[in-house]
Amino acid sequence: MTRKRRRLYFVLLGMLVLGGATALVLTALKDNLVYFYSPSDLAAKAVAGRRMRIGGLVEEGSVVKDGTQARFKVTDLAHDVGVRYTGVLPDLFREGQGVVIEGRLGTDGVFDASEVLAKHDEKYMPKDVADSLKKAGQWKGEAR
Amino acid sequence: MHRFANPARFLRIASALFPWVSVLCALSLAAGLWFALAASPADYQQGDSVRIMYVHVPAAWMGMFCYSAMALFSAVALIWKHPLADLLARATAPIGAAFTFLCLVSGSLWGRPMWGTWWAWDARLTSMLILLFLYLGYMALADAFDDPERGRKSAAILALVGFVNVPVIKWSVDWWNTLHQPASVIKRGGPAIDSSMLLPLLLMAIGFQLYYVVVLILRVRAEIAEAKIRTLRLAAIHAAGGDDSP
Repeated sequence: MTRKRRRLYFVLLGMLVLGGATALVLTALKDNLVYFYSPSDLAAKAVAGRRMRIGGLVEEGSVVKDGTQARFKVTDLAHDVGVRYTGVLPDLFREGQGVVIEGRLGTDGVFDASEVLAKHDEKYMPKDVADSLKKAGQWKGEAR
Repeated sequence: MHRFANPARFLRIASALFPWVSVLCALSLAAGLWFALAASPADYQQGDSVRIMYVHVPAAWMGMFCYSAMALFSAVALIWKHPLADLLARATAPIGAAFTFLCLVSGSLWGRPMWGTWWAWDARLTSMLILLFLYLGYMALADAFDDPERGRKSAAILALVGFVNVPVIKWSVDWWNTLHQPASVIKRGGPAIDSSMLLPLLLMAIGFQLYYVVVLILRVRAEIAEAKIRTLRLAAIHAAGGDDSP
């Protein structure tokens, strides 16, 4: 075996071991690497009082605004959770839109939000295309 | 591969390509910017902020592409000891770092009006920031030793180790919940982006790619010229009678 060949195998083996180690670490830390939990995770874990983020869709017809206060429901279509928030909502915030909310779950089961972020989806299209899709009944919801 | 490892041959091919690549780069960037800023529609929910995407996305692609190229050149330099591969790797690093920085800044400017925050520690954003640090670490390490050979070797190993970050960046939005949206262009089931917006995006991506080639040729040419000057100076000193003082 020449030295070049030996170095080649050494580098390949090193990359393989490194890749495997990274994959194991990332799998082990899976729960900590998510940016937010879904309402279903919240129902399964039920961690009242801990500061965390939840994400999902703003349920249609659930938004009640009273001055700077807003109440709405966040759903992942399986479970939903009520949210209380005082402050300015982002421009993209509306019913059916994806949101990520930071705060803590109150003892009454309502999530007290300290920050509301709008989550954008991967779709990009001009307004007239969106309008004609809606007109043709081809629209599949805004933030799925 | 050995045929292309000769610096003189590389210079000859690079010099022949250079004017063509430069002109093509300028043309595609001009056309891309025209479509991106003027001749493409506003997005149905982002409005005109969507135009940031035409810089942000190609910059992100180039950040990852340059790192992959740097890791590949570093592997070739480590295994086959080609001096040209090492030159290419070190010339790629600052270009890739600049693209990554551009991606982070433009993303932040987009995030403020769209998400409602400049920055979020989600998996995509964090792994992209780590990519920038890897570039900076590589450049610092390559120059950190008195013996340039040791610096090159350490930096090449860092480039290879850091390569595990590249697939993490690419699939972070699929593996974990992130604030960042999933892929729009390279995804199963075709792009989720309208063709009127895909055109400026691809033009800009081609322009950025050619820009990399142009700057790479310039940097490598400069490096080779510098090495020649160093050799000539050393030869002159020896010819002057072995006087080592500078």
